[in-house]
Amino acid sequence: MSAFLAIVGRDLRLGFGAQGALLTTLLFFVLAVSLFPLGVGPEPQILARISAGVIWVAALLAALLSLDRLFQGDQEDGTLDLLAQAPLPLGLAALAKVLAHWLTTGLPLSLMAPLLALLLQMDSEAIPVLLLALLLGTPSLSLIGAIGAALTLGAKRGAVLVPLLTLPLLIPVLIFGVGAVEAAAYGLSASPHLLLLGAFFAGSLALSPFAIAGAIKLALE
Amino acid sequence: MFHALANPARFLRLMAAIRPWAAGVAVLGLLSGLGWGLLYSPPDYQQGETVRIMYIHVPSAWMAMFIYAVMAGASGVTLIWRHPVAELAAKASAPVGAAFTIICLVTGSLWGKPMWGTWWVWDARLTSMLILFFLYLGYIALWEAFDDPARAGRAAAILALVGAINLPIIKFSVDWWNTLHQPASVLTLEGPKIHPDILWPLILTALGAKGYYVWLLTLRVRAEILSRQARILRFAAATDRRAG
Amino acid sequence: MALTVEGLACIRGERQLFTDLQFRLAAGEALLLHGPNGSGKSSLLRLLAGFLSPAAGKLLWDGAAVSEDTDAYRARLLYLGHLDAVKPQLTATENLAFFAQLMTGAATAAAEDQAKQALEAAGLTRQRSLPARYLSAGQKHRLALARLLLSPATLWLLDEPTNALDSASVAWLGAVLQAHRDRGGMVILASHVAVPLPGARQLTLPEGRLA
Repeated sequence: MSAFLAIVGRDLRLGFGAQGALLTTLLFFVLAVSLFPLGVGPEPQILARISAGVIWVAALLAALLSLDRLFQGDQEDGTLDLLAQAPLPLGLAALAKVLAHWLTTGLPLSLMAPLLALLLQMDSEAIPVLLLALLLGTPSLSLIGAIGAALTLGAKRGAVLVPLLTLPLLIPVLIFGVGAVEAAAYGLSASPHLLLLGAFFAGSLALSPFAIAGAIKLALE
Repeated sequence: MFHALANPARFLRLMAAIRPWAAGVAVLGLLSGLGWGLLYSPPDYQQGETVRIMYIHVPSAWMAMFIYAVMAGASGVTLIWRHPVAELAAKASAPVGAAFTIICLVTGSLWGKPMWGTWWVWDARLTSMLILFFLYLGYIALWEAFDDPARAGRAAAILALVGAINLPIIKFSVDWWNTLHQPASVLTLEGPKIHPDILWPLILTALGAKGYYVWLLTLRVRAEILSRQARILRFAAATDRRAG
Repeated sequence: MALTVEGLACIRGERQLFTDLQFRLAAGEALLLHGPNGSGKSSLLRLLAGFLSPAAGKLLWDGAAVSEDTDAYRARLLYLGHLDAVKPQLTATENLAFFAQLMTGAATAAAEDQAKQALEAAGLTRQRSLPARYLSAGQKHRLALARLLLSPATLWLLDEPTNALDSASVAWLGAVLQAHRDRGGMVILASHVAVPLPGARQLTLPEGRLA
């Protein structure tokens, strides 16, 4: 347990630090969302109609931005060798890093989203659901993205490859996430969508450590 | 792996033995299925003759999914038993599966144009096929991303398995999304309900397509094995030359 | 307590690095790996560390196959490679404390104390609270080696540990290695240059001749 927390703590210190991904992730999120009114026009009804989709897609892309560095820094300086030798199973060590990644990307994105939702004229009833849906969905982004990050360690053009590998696998999160927000906007219950998001998260949490550990072991050979 | 591929004679012989049978199934199946479907099957009372494109569209969709399942199975064998031919079978299948996906997408587009007046329609099947196409592309890209083929093969195997587990979920979510956004309209390429006169040509074409896939697979795996052997021999010759 | 290697073969990429490697290492013993670049020294060390699987042969600890209980085997060894695994943004103490927590599960305060003691033994007390980016290459490497003082491992696998070290530091490393062997620990070390490892057996790769 202490080892798990030590990894989370260390990665948080690195992630919130000067070279961490927090600021660039948030900046990209805000920038990407801001481009849509410029591209689509400022009509409130249109913006409100597309707001859920735009915010979710922008959050997805922003969270993916920092993924390729998730394991790469540790591989480049030899820390990955140490993590692999530790008594803590490699899957758990990877999970610790994913948790730290979510705390420095997914969580801040989710907290910033309501502000951007206001900019896009989203229905105020839907905004709490947006927050909840993002909080439920962004962990899955980090988990499945970590699989992509681990698989492409040491690959040529790994940074470009991670979105290509990861985005198709995240489409259910996008669909259920937007579905939840739009249901709330139409006054319907968002529970089925949120439950599905939660189920997808539970499944990813259970299964991705195996894939991530397997991929890291490949990179260590 | 080094040793197994240094003497793959048994596999090459097996594949050479299968090949003529696969070719036979392919020719018979495709000729009979496509011939029946494209020429002799009844036109649809709503869509007229254009429904015939379904006889290419539907089997391609089945093949795209079938081949992904084969790739996932071969990937599982690769990871559990480290069998080199399983790895090569998965690698060789991917472009074939991707090609069937493209055929499905293009025929879907051609089918949609006369019916709906647009070149593309976001119905559940076409959207799922598009996502499957991205999965194939990612898999192929991962193979090309590493210099070490052993590393590439195992990474791709993990990706294929993750994709296979995710695929039913993706399909489910796309179906859900589709019903949410298309309340009552019939904006679908499902085609007429299955009647024997329609079912049989589909089945025959699907069988023929499978035969074609197996035939193609034996050729492609053979090519992979031979190219690996060539690389091993070239490397050995180079190091001998340096030492000698 | 003994590590036995029988008929070990290693294949990397499509090259066969060595075949039929054989040796036995008992408590207190040391093994020095020699050989030209590319002969497989690093690969052998990584294989013994469990990162690679051998193409053939067996790895035994006290007669039992390592593959039957890889967790226990992994807990007994420490592998330090070429790279220092030092994060420039973290202080020297933080770097070592992280290692202590990772390997022994120590609580934060205890880990920091252990880290400070190790830094003192490595002659890095003054650099204790400096972010590691301000350390010289030699100091970073001594920091990396200070991990040896924090690890409960019995078997040490070291790849070119004397890189960037001055002669005083090399002597310090020699003392650390000797103390470890006196306690019954084992050392396998790959090096191009002379290392203070008295009484070590020598293994030359790729032929695998044991001297």
